[in-house]
Amino acid sequence: MRAQYACRSRDHSASRRRFLGTIGGGIVGGGLSCFTRGAAADALRKSDMRVIVLNMHGGLSQLESWDPKPCTKTGGPTRAIPTSVPGIHISELLPYTAKQMHHLCLLRGVNTSEDDHGKGAYMMLTGRRQTPAADYPQIGAVSSLVLSDDSKGLPGHILITPGGGGGRGNEAAYLGPKYSSIALGGDKPPQNSIKPESISDQAELRRHEFRRKVNEQFLSRQRTAITDAYTYSYEQALRLMERRDVFDVAKEPAVDLDRYGNNDFGRQCLLARRLLENGVSFVQVTHSNYDTHNENFNFHIEQLGEFDRPFACLVNDLAERGLLDQTLVVVLSEFGRTPNINLYYGRDHWSKAWSVVMAGGKVARGTVFGQTNAEGTEVIEGQVDHGQLFHTYLQAVGVDSTESLLVDGRELPMADPAVGPIWNVLT
Amino acid sequence: MDIKQAHLAQDWAHDRPLLAARFSPDGLQAVTSSEDSSLQRWTLTTGEKVILKGHESWVHALKYTSDGKQVVSGGCEGRLIWWSINDAEPKPTRTIEAHYGWIRAIDISPDGSKLVSVGNDLMVRLWDMATGEKVAEWGGHEKHIYSVMFHPDGAHLLTGDLAGKIHLWNLATKQSVNLFDAKPLHTYEGGQRVDFGGVRGMALTPDGLQLLAGGLHKATNPLGAVHEPLLLRFTTSDGTLVRSHLCDGIPGGVIWRMCCLGDGTAMAACGGSTGGFLLFFGADSEKDIHRFQLPALARDMDWHPATERVLTVHHDHHLRVTNLFAKPAT
Repeated sequence: MRAQYACRSRDHSASRRRFLGTIGGGIVGGGLSCFTRGAAADALRKSDMRVIVLNMHGGLSQLESWDPKPCTKTGGPTRAIPTSVPGIHISELLPYTAKQMHHLCLLRGVNTSEDDHGKGAYMMLTGRRQTPAADYPQIGAVSSLVLSDDSKGLPGHILITPGGGGGRGNEAAYLGPKYSSIALGGDKPPQNSIKPESISDQAELRRHEFRRKVNEQFLSRQRTAITDAYTYSYEQALRLMERRDVFDVAKEPAVDLDRYGNNDFGRQCLLARRLLENGVSFVQVTHSNYDTHNENFNFHIEQLGEFDRPFACLVNDLAERGLLDQTLVVVLSEFGRTPNINLYYGRDHWSKAWSVVMAGGKVARGTVFGQTNAEGTEVIEGQVDHGQLFHTYLQAVGVDSTESLLVDGRELPMADPAVGPIWNVLT
Repeated sequence: MDIKQAHLAQDWAHDRPLLAARFSPDGLQAVTSSEDSSLQRWTLTTGEKVILKGHESWVHALKYTSDGKQVVSGGCEGRLIWWSINDAEPKPTRTIEAHYGWIRAIDISPDGSKLVSVGNDLMVRLWDMATGEKVAEWGGHEKHIYSVMFHPDGAHLLTGDLAGKIHLWNLATKQSVNLFDAKPLHTYEGGQRVDFGGVRGMALTPDGLQLLAGGLHKATNPLGAVHEPLLLRFTTSDGTLVRSHLCDGIPGGVIWRMCCLGDGTAMAACGGSTGGFLLFFGADSEKDIHRFQLPALARDMDWHPATERVLTVHHDHHLRVTNLFAKPAT
């Protein structure tokens, strides 16, 4: 998949490493076990905790969303509106979301000091700065590992992207391909998940029996994490085919499709709700594109106009259905956008003072943590970074982020040990 | 008038980037808007500036009444404000919450009795200039309405939107009686998943036989300002596109507003990564026949035919007046 950024930097042109590329890279781990304390891991899996990440691809403007600065030099034309929490205001471009503020926690003091799309996205999804020496698993892979229950027969890590790109990349790093994502294109079920009519059920059964037999013979001589991953992929595909209905958003009531706004992102949010309700432990929905170097205000009106209602419906539904306590919702981006408005009415990349939103799980509700100065150019209180956020995501779903994972007999810290969770936003 | 003798005559600076501008009917005064959500009244002979406060957001829509006594402004908060513009310190004399979201453009009818406003709520609204009462409203556009103008016959109205649709409305019936297809001014970029472009400005030729619509095309990277200016020329009677006026060498260029000079030549204000320009297009020429480079990217313009002067406002905070005639001998 070719990333569609506006600034066309080198990172943006690079193809993602695919599944086979990852294997070729030889970085797949084996002999994985979850925590150093197995009992805690088992309890966590039974707790049905889940995570959904809304990834605002390209760099959402904090000034047009979570931290508006109306009537200032940097605020642009965007006004602030009151929310369901007295005293907390967000952008007028999010009127539906404003009514759900009592479920949300705004973190307005994010400083990640990285203005490159690829590096920023890596940091926000792995909690670490990218280095040539090591690769780290994304929040989706870690969530899949620690939260997903194989007995449900569904993948634990799903990406919903506009075109269905991505997935089976290197998101799992040393955790291995079992925890990489399955990508869904828009609101469509996984590709090739219908058995061709020309193949009878009996023929299908015979094919798989033959595959398993040959596999077992091979594995008896040469078993590695890679061969296990291949075997797992086949079995997972079979289970996916059996539960294909879970991915069919058309099975949701028509009234809900209307409520979410019958557009691409609305259907994707509804699909995300359906997946979470059916036990998928991690879903990431990408909303594109916010890389607004040009005409920032027009494009944010357009994009947030599409985002606002489905997102508000999703949060409201999770709360009303009693799922929000078990579901962490995160709205993130690779960075924010400059307070300065350029000559094209655009805003450029800005990572020194921007916002992330969380809701659900153990996250405090109806609150704001962190503050930027009057013109939004600096964090003046409650500064946090990607590493702290990553810890906080895990703690919010009951995972002790200071624990380690056992990979090939080595203990690897689950999150950056140099920092810790943002306890102020956790209950 | 001689467009090839165009020269900068006046240059005044504000302290914030400017957005929109209009000449007073006598050409002695101008009103502008800026990124601090204020308006500015300028005495063009001296550069004296008076700040007008009343909007809570940016203002892209400005219009003088024909007697020059009032200005109406339309803001991105959806508010219309009337100003007695010649007061020493003008204050709002009437404020109307007119639209949900941005007001993109306004115009006053030839007889001065009605004001029309359009914006992001997809509505066209008519207002009584004397009382401020809403006279009529109607929809019909599916994307944000970017521009509006009364037809000189007073019986029709033109509106243009983000999708490149231009409706000619019969004011008596509020029905669309002609649709101009300005789709070349619109891009949907599938990779970035954005709509972009639109009818940024419209003008009629003095004989009323042709309609001009300006904006941009070749938007291969809308979020990164990769596009070029485009001006379309239609036959008013049947909506036929008779010419697409192109410009070479203005990457990131967009035509913000245009007008038609007496001989049918179109003059457009354009901004791009190579700076600001006044572009001139002959009725029969595909490319611009002349371009005058302005000192900075232009965001809006107005034309004062009686004095043959062009008013432009710029991102570099400046208000500039360009004369379209030879410099007087010194």
